[in-house]
Amino acid sequence: MAHPVLDLTGRRNRGEAAFGGLARFAGILVLIVLSLIALVMTTRAWPALTSGNFFTTKRWSVPDEVFGSLAFVFGTIVSATVAICLAVPISIGIALFVTQVSPGWLKKPIVYSVDLLATVPSVVFGFWGISVLAPKIMGFYESVHDLTSGIPGLRSLFGQPNGRSMFTAGIILAIMITPIVSSLSREVISTCPQGDREGALALGATRWEMIRAVVIPHSSGGLVGAVMLGLGRAMGETIAATLVIGSSAQITANLFGAGNSMPAVIASEWGEALGQHRSALTALAVTLFALTIIVNVLATSIVSRSRRRAQGTI
Amino acid sequence: MTSTMTTGNSTIDLGATGGWRSIKSRLMIGLLGTAFVIVMIPLVLVLATVIMRGGKVMSWSFLTSDIAASERRTSGGIGPAIVGTLLTTGIATAIAAPLGVLGAIYLAEYAGTSLLGRVVRFMSSVMTGVPSIVMGLFVYLLFTLRFKQNAFGGALALACLMLPIIIRSTEEMLRLVPTTLREASYGLGTSKARTIISIVLPAALPGVVSGVLLAVARAAGETAPLLFTIGAAKGLNLQPFSGANTALSAQIFGNASSPVEAAQARGWGAALTLVALAFSFTIFARLVSARFSSQR
Repeated sequence: MAHPVLDLTGRRNRGEAAFGGLARFAGILVLIVLSLIALVMTTRAWPALTSGNFFTTKRWSVPDEVFGSLAFVFGTIVSATVAICLAVPISIGIALFVTQVSPGWLKKPIVYSVDLLATVPSVVFGFWGISVLAPKIMGFYESVHDLTSGIPGLRSLFGQPNGRSMFTAGIILAIMITPIVSSLSREVISTCPQGDREGALALGATRWEMIRAVVIPHSSGGLVGAVMLGLGRAMGETIAATLVIGSSAQITANLFGAGNSMPAVIASEWGEALGQHRSALTALAVTLFALTIIVNVLATSIVSRSRRRAQGTI
Repeated sequence: MTSTMTTGNSTIDLGATGGWRSIKSRLMIGLLGTAFVIVMIPLVLVLATVIMRGGKVMSWSFLTSDIAASERRTSGGIGPAIVGTLLTTGIATAIAAPLGVLGAIYLAEYAGTSLLGRVVRFMSSVMTGVPSIVMGLFVYLLFTLRFKQNAFGGALALACLMLPIIIRSTEEMLRLVPTTLREASYGLGTSKARTIISIVLPAALPGVVSGVLLAVARAAGETAPLLFTIGAAKGLNLQPFSGANTALSAQIFGNASSPVEAAQARGWGAALTLVALAFSFTIFARLVSARFSSQR
């Protein structure tokens, strides 16, 4: 919204223009920082990006100066996918519960306690994951491994278990993205028109039937956006994944096996890296940056589209 | 007689046996409630672990003494790390808060529906999703390579992280200020910049402050942006521009993967301190915004 002002004095005020200019500069700063990130990192990563095998091999060997990113791209995608599969049903469930089911007095406590999860620093989740969850969850992994050992397909998904694994990383990431996915879903779901919901109930639908027939179809677009934003967060989360993912550059179908993700490799190897190794790590950061920008651009446009639709402007 | 209800692709048979439908509805609603219970389990477990293990080492001397010279020592504290966290987060806030609020003023008061405004708004949303490790690496390449590791570099990385968060929350708060307030101010002959500074900002202040505090809480807990930019000091360093520093999150990360029991214990102590710090910022933010909404 612009707020036009009649200039009654007829004098142009310098302070006025300066303040407007300053505000405009602060806004443009976002674009400057984003372009600088892309420019500075791509320049440094150029030798590795053009070495020919960065996107084609999974071999990552410092002594041989062979740096292929495939194993880390794989680990990033697998752990983020596990996180999404665990977090999405729970987050949407919470959002539906808060907006459609819970009595008014219960809403705030639920929202606040889910938000509390977002306040716990990621390194604390990682620390808990490595020293409490990883040893304790081995028993569960082993029983799943034993149960599925006769079933082809599942047998390779749930192979030889390891406490620090892509699945453990997925669990920790799921805990960390639940607050953001559930708060975005809540926002999307709460735009569902009251009249439609009451209409369904008046036709004799039960509360669940109302949710399934009115609320979910109405908000499915926005929910997809919310899930994608969660995916972006899960892919970029560094510290917790570094601690629990197991640090092993392999491509395996075994979800219980150790893996490594792009941010985790950068965090653990940057300190000792030199020359081409450093360039390769920067190239990983560029890949991660590009991937999260793409996911976030898609997700943000989906979410803002559904927001505008709710306001009735399109 | 059969009646059905159709929305989109799903058709619900309203004539089906009533008993089963109501049981199914209760079952599904029970499942939705269970989702909340499930998510509370890790929160309670993590907090309980942090409080129990961190409480064991907590003492005044732990909070104030220097970092242990070697991880095998049983003595040593986190004093420099607490100071480092407050220092880096403080500088980051001093950089990001004014710029973020100004950026939000541009979006809410000046940009309107212009192309630049829409691009800036969209990209600041996108920027909130840029991984924090990327910010850390960016500041390392741009700043740390030239000026060595120090608290200011860490603060720059945190500021990059906070900027879009503050822009988004502040813009929302500025939009809540009624247009009539602005028009009344214009009606008195006040200029636009004056109106924003002395009418709009004060009206939105509690909401703006609460948004900034939430960003501070988030930044205080971040590890990845500090990893390469801040260094690893063992002693107190109040100089932002010279010499390595340290932070609570970096101490937790360093101790988490250590096999030494004493180091792990110190890590839990640091975790308890950091969680308490982040929680108090969040609670403070909630109190500020609660006062805001009761005023309206």
